[in-house]
This record gives sequence, structure tokens and C-alpha cells, in this order.
Amino acid sequence: MALGGAAPEGMEYLERLPRRLVTLYLPLAVFLFVLLFPFYWMTTTAFKPDEELYNYARFNPFWVHHPTLAHIKKLFFDTSYPTWLVNTMLIAVASTAISLFCSVCAAYAIERLRFAGARYVGLAIFLAYLVPPSILFIPLAAIIFNLGLFDSDWALILTYPTFLVPFCTWLLMGYFRTIPYELEECALIDGASRLQILWKITLPLAIPGLISAGIFAFTLSWNEFIYALTFISSSENKTVPVGAITELVEGDVYHWGSLMAAALFGSLPVVIMYSFFVEHYVSSLTGAVKE
Amino acid sequence: MASFTPAQRAARPIPARRRLVFRLADDRNFLGIALMLPAATFLLVFLAYPLCLGFWLGMTDASIGQAGRFVGLANFISLAHDNIFWLSVFNTMLYTIVASALKFALGLYLALLLNRRLFLKSLVRAIVLLPFVTPTVLSAIAFWWIYDPQFSIISWSLMKLGFIHQFIDFLGSPWNARWSVIAANVWRGIPFVAITLLAGLQTISPSLYEAATLDGAGPWQRFRFVTLPMLSPIIAVVMTFSVLLTFTDFQLIYAITRGGPINATQLMATLSFQRAITEGRLGEGAAIADAMVPFLLAAILFSYFGLQRRRWQQGSRD
Repeated sequence: MALGGAAPEGMEYLERLPRRLVTLYLPLAVFLFVLLFPFYWMTTTAFKPDEELYNYARFNPFWVHHPTLAHIKKLFFDTSYPTWLVNTMLIAVASTAISLFCSVCAAYAIERLRFAGARYVGLAIFLAYLVPPSILFIPLAAIIFNLGLFDSDWALILTYPTFLVPFCTWLLMGYFRTIPYELEECALIDGASRLQILWKITLPLAIPGLISAGIFAFTLSWNEFIYALTFISSSENKTVPVGAITELVEGDVYHWGSLMAAALFGSLPVVIMYSFFVEHYVSSLTGAVKE
Repeated sequence: MASFTPAQRAARPIPARRRLVFRLADDRNFLGIALMLPAATFLLVFLAYPLCLGFWLGMTDASIGQAGRFVGLANFISLAHDNIFWLSVFNTMLYTIVASALKFALGLYLALLLNRRLFLKSLVRAIVLLPFVTPTVLSAIAFWWIYDPQFSIISWSLMKLGFIHQFIDFLGSPWNARWSVIAANVWRGIPFVAITLLAGLQTISPSLYEAATLDGAGPWQRFRFVTLPMLSPIIAVVMTFSVLLTFTDFQLIYAITRGGPINATQLMATLSFQRAITEGRLGEGAAIADAMVPFLLAAILFSYFGLQRRRWQQGSRD
């Protein structure tokens, strides 16, 4: 990353514009079109009145002729959508906070204290990172049921750390590694205890890493689906992804307008957050596979 | 990077009256284990224990609300004669192999494009990641609508352009449905592959390309003999993650087809959900989930050797 974007541009001045248009801008435009089209389609559908949605002969489907807020109004006033939004937000924030706390402690212990066996614990964390929710949800459902947490927010707040903690720990370990050891040695000589060092030296320096891990953990828990689908049954406890797919479809009637509005407003919080912290997000994404 | 030597440690000024608590709090092993406790509790209770419990459940006839008895390998034996299970294995393999190959090829191509001198580069890079950031299920609902049999925008556009004469039934027939969910998965997966490979590309020194050009290498040779070898360690890791995520995919299928039509898009994960949660046969569902483990282990080993090779290339010990 240190080289920045300048790396392979050394010889690009040799290229002429027409050639760049064909080999670079044209394929890139195709990529961007395909990657963005579902979002465009989602947005226009959410604002189209029903007669436009189901009549392509009279109205060109690529454009909204008479925008309406009817679908959005229906979504926010006639369904439990606002409750799902609040639930998802609450669960994502709580599980991210718990995971960050656990991960900071664990990463510091593994990377800096280097207690006996730290290497093996680090490897175990990496392996835990590779265990997918798809093979855990059945036994977890049994455990959640036995603990009496079934159909409560706690079921999700306590299980999301199973994939957030390994990820954040792994990321923060890499981040702590970049902080010079000498700073901690200075503090030790000045008489600081290990915990003071963690709190006053390492953590302030690791704030960018904490933000990266936090943003990524928040999006991961916002997007989580299989646990939320399995552990939650009553409508008012659902999260946005689960609610949208299970509650907004009434029998065979698909209200595409409100479904697309649900998808749009369910994506907006993470997209807004992402747009503020793109660099942090990218660094956690690439950091996670680099180490 | 090693820790403090005994000499350094002795040189630290130690206050005369230091209580046991403080001494413990400064002991590396004690403090290390104390700090590990919160994370370890979560991972042991909600990850390691369920993992073991999953293997146990796979050998019982447990159902929702009933503990179940030990039945040995009966679940696995009945799965071995279960055509739907084998169909789901086939679907999972097809889905994983085709989608991963496409994600790799298109992701690498996009990474190479993004690595060139580009107008508004960081904005383009931010936009490219959007499909990865939005919740999978929500974008899958958008695909569901795009694949609608009556109002599909793809069918409509193709018809307007004169390529087809009737609307395509994207999710109605087995093979159409398979290709449709693969396309949706590739759409979501490309950004991850592209952005991580781009990070790898940016660490390749431009002087290597200049040297290769002076030696007479053309664009293809520069790619084949400079870019690919330099990128191979990160490709190994990224593709392992990609394969792992695709193999265990659940949400996309559940949102778009729920495994239909007639189990044509049923993956092992969705089948295990259907058997365990929808139909209530926990034991059988757990057995299907267990059957995914050997494949995952293979992927993890692949990743491990990918990482090893990277260390070796960097010339670091270990």
C-alpha cells in the first residue's frame, strides 16, 4: 500500500488516448454499468407507481415518469420495517462493541504480551475465522434454545461475535504489529504498567485500526442473515434482511415497490457509513487477507 | 521484536512496596491469559462447543424440542442413498467452481484496469466496492426482481434489441436458475476479489515492468512472467476465501430461489437449513452440515500453503 496508486504507471505515458479509450475506459464502463445497475433498478422501482411498474408498453421502464412515495409510506407506516431497522442497528452496535473490546484485549495479549503459547492461540484465532456460520447454525440454535435466548436480541448479540472476534483480532494483530515496540519500552522504563501502556500508548496509536475493524464488524453484523433467520421467530424481533425476505412477501403477491424500498433503505445505513470511511474499509478488507 | 531480556527487566526501577495485584498485572503470562479471557469465552462457548455439538447432533435423531438418541452413522448412510443430497452436492460444486472461476477472471481483469492511470481513481474504486458493502439478501431481492418472469428488465431490453422473442424464464427452469444465481453471486463477489488483488498489484515495483520491457517482453509476457508470479501468494489467499464463502453460501440462494425449482439450486447449506429448521430434523441437517467440513478443510490447507509460500518469498524466517 505504501507505494500508493503510482506503481505501474511508469510506462503509461507511451499510450495514446484512443487506445486507452478502448482498452481501459470502455471495459471499465461496462463493469461499472453492470455493478451499479441493480442499485439503479432498486431505486427507480422504489419510486415508481404501480401502473408504471407493471406496464412496460406505455412507460419506458428505465425511467420514473411520475415518482411516488407510496411504497415508502406503506413500508414505514403499514409494516414493522421501522422496528426491524431499530433492531438491526441495536444488534449491530452492541455486537460490534463487544467484539471490539474482546478483540483489543486478545490481539494485545497475543501480539505484544506474547504469553506462553501465544503463537498457537493466534493460529487458533485464524482457524476460527475460517469456520463458516452455515455449519454452526444448527448446533447454535440448539444452544440458544437451551439458554432460553431464543427469539431475543441477545441471541444475535451473543452469537455475532463468533465471526466478528476472529476477524477483528486478526486485523488488530496486524495493526499492533506496525506500532513500534520502542514506544512501549519507553513507557515501561518510565514506570507504566502493562495495562497503562495498552490504554495510554497502544490504543491511541491504533485508532485507525480500531475504526477499520469497527466499520467492518458493523457491516458484517448488519448483513448477517442465517443466524437472524434461525434464532428469531416473532415479527417484531426480526432484523432488516430477515424481515424483508420473510414478511414483505404476502403469499404469491410480490409488492415489488415496497420490497425494493426495503432493500434500498436497508442498504443505506451501511452505504452511508462506508462512504465516510472508504479508506478504512478498504484497508480492513485488504488487511484481512494480507497477513 | 523479542520481548525484554532478563537484563532489561532487572534494569527497570521497581517500587519498593508493590502489591501482589500489580505484580500479577505486569506478569506477561498472567496478564496475557486474563486479557484472552473475554474472547476465549465467546469462541469456546459459541464456536468450539457448537462445532463439536454439530458432529454429535449429526449422529443423533434429534429434532426441534427433542434431545434425540445416538444413532451412529445412520444419518450419513441415509444421506448416501438420498438423491436430493447428491443433487445438492453437485449443485454446490458447480456453483463454487463456476462462480469462483468467473469471479477470479473478472476480478483480476477489473483489478488490472483499476491499477492503471485513471481519472477519479479513488471514486471509481469506492463505487466498485458497493455490491460487496450492501447486505447480500437485499441485493439478492433486487436480483429476484430483475429475474422476474413477467417484468424482467433484462428480457425486456433484449426483446427491444431484437435478440429474443419471448421473455426468459430465469428462475423457472433448472439450468436457467443455476446460471442466474451464479451470475448474482459473481456480481457480488467481483468487488472483493478485485479490490484485494488491486492491493497486491500496487505492491509490485514498476521497475520490474520497465526491466521486462527493456528485455523485449510484450504486454502478455509482462503479465505472465511479472504480474502473475508476484501476485500468486495473494491470489491463493483471496481465492481460498472466495471458495470458502461460495461453498458455504446460503443467503443468496435462500433469497432468490429457496433452492427451487425442484431442488435445482439447492446447495448443501440451504438443504441443511431446510431439513433441520423448516422440517425440524436437526440430526439430519447437522449431518449435511458435517458433510461440508472435508471440503472446507481442503480449502484451509490450500490457504495455509499459500501463506507459507508468501513468507518464503518475502525472505522472512518461519
